[in-house]
Amino acid sequence: MIDLEQVRKVAHLARLELEAGEEEQFTTQLNSILEYVEQLNELDTADVPPTTRAIEVSNIHRADQLETFGDRESLLSNVPDREDDFIKVPKIMEG
Amino acid sequence: MSLIRELHRQLTQKERSAVEITQSYLERIKALEPQLHSFLTVTEATAIAQAQAVDQKIAAGEDIGLLEGIPIGLKDNLCTRGVRTTCASKVLENFVPPYESTVTQRLAELGTIALGKTNLDEFAMGSSTENSAYQVTGNPWDPSRVPGGSSGGSAAAVAADECPIALGSDTGGSIRQPAALCGVVGLKPTYGLVSRYGLVAYASSLDQIGPLSRTVEDAAIVLQAIAGHDPKDSTSLNVELPDYTQNLKPGLDCKGRTIGIIQETFGEGLDPVVDAAVKAAIAQYEALGATVKTISLPRFRYGLPSYYIIAPSEASSNLARYDGVKYGARAEESNLVSMYTKTRAAGFGAEVKRRIMIGTYALSAGYYDAYYLKAQKVRTLIKQDFEAAFQAVDALVCPTSPTTAFTAGSKVDAPISMYLSDLMTIPVNLAGLPGISIPCGFDAAGLPIGLQLIGNVLQEQTLFEMAYAYEQATDWHTKTPSLA
Repeated sequence: MIDLEQVRKVAHLARLELEAGEEEQFTTQLNSILEYVEQLNELDTADVPPTTRAIEVSNIHRADQLETFGDRESLLSNVPDREDDFIKVPKIMEG
Repeated sequence: MSLIRELHRQLTQKERSAVEITQSYLERIKALEPQLHSFLTVTEATAIAQAQAVDQKIAAGEDIGLLEGIPIGLKDNLCTRGVRTTCASKVLENFVPPYESTVTQRLAELGTIALGKTNLDEFAMGSSTENSAYQVTGNPWDPSRVPGGSSGGSAAAVAADECPIALGSDTGGSIRQPAALCGVVGLKPTYGLVSRYGLVAYASSLDQIGPLSRTVEDAAIVLQAIAGHDPKDSTSLNVELPDYTQNLKPGLDCKGRTIGIIQETFGEGLDPVVDAAVKAAIAQYEALGATVKTISLPRFRYGLPSYYIIAPSEASSNLARYDGVKYGARAEESNLVSMYTKTRAAGFGAEVKRRIMIGTYALSAGYYDAYYLKAQKVRTLIKQDFEAAFQAVDALVCPTSPTTAFTAGSKVDAPISMYLSDLMTIPVNLAGLPGISIPCGFDAAGLPIGLQLIGNVLQEQTLFEMAYAYEQATDWHTKTPSLA
């Protein structure tokens, strides 16, 4: 089962800032969900292969061809913070 | 009678123009939205312009296609170029897609008129549409109740006749459950039959786009338009499509068909009124000539716990992209990690955060085998149960939802109680099968009940024909909510 400390760790891994109340609430709710999914252990799956996709299709290839996207401005206009054609982000290195 | 065919007849016989039809739906949206809140965005100006183009063709004596001039509502997780696509999330409040989803592109090329974008649970995570960051959609049969979810806006809009047809998406029941709760038809196609290109990803191994409509034939017409191979979706199936509507003719029966009743879907937790309506529908199928068998799917009930590991795991990965860098909302912070964590804290609602947390936990070091791998193995067992059943039957039948529409607010703080609402639809997604919900009755409060038919891989035509035969023999689909 999951405790408050683990909830904080998972939130950090998920890059989610949780308020104190949310941490408490998620600890309770995640525990009840994890308790609910425990019933999966009633099934013996030792020799069962996992299903990763519902309908098997494999080796889907297409030619790796360059295509110019015609409307740069429609991409750039979605950028939260830009300078000309550059995307601005907080500094990631000192100096 | 197919609503699309009726509108097409009005257009070709010049009883009404495309602009008049579009205007009448836009007026109905204006009149009903204050109580229903099914649309997040209404694209009035482009809708009228598109309708004018159809009218010019008709005036010039040109033939028009069956879908030309037919208005449609689009779930707001389908990317529409130049039209805001929010996924009902604050994080995408101002997102204007630079590209068009394959399904909306195909429908636009066939001349449908997009009326706007419909409400949903944020990122399609939910069963009541209450997880929208913007508004709570009312059920047209009783606006104090939920329309189901996550395609609740599309289902409510079709039920209230704000649009004749709509598109939804279904990851664990998000088309079929709201269709049932709103008394309309909803189809989830076989995984891979419809391109997911431009559908904002929730759980990629389960997501499928499909139609919601008033009649079975309308759903078949829309599926015909959106199905088919798309090189832009690597999971898209390259198969020959049948003509889904060719046999949908009055007099169609179910002689020679075998239906399997899923034994495990009856019993504890099933509303007695739903139980009775579904059993009456099964009797109707016998009257239509079908052979009815009882089938056991012993691992069916493990679908829900399996789903609540698999879907959040995929979601936690898919939603990592909302980091405030290239698009979407951004929290202004001087440090990169706090920019991420605060952007996501402010941008996502409680249910989305909950699923990201479950998924991140299930995929994290030390827990992967116990949760994610285990759930994927159980997924195999659920698939095997279906495969065995389809050796003996043409379609499986069960309730779509264990209850009729519940009161808004009654389950928001009880995640598992809300999740149980999808108990009967989720296994179908895990196995990648097609499923359809059709109206099969009403409870004492006048709320609709849905019947779910499940088909084998790519057997949509069988589902449409069996659903159509039932629809012809009953009049549930002709009932409409009494809205002002």
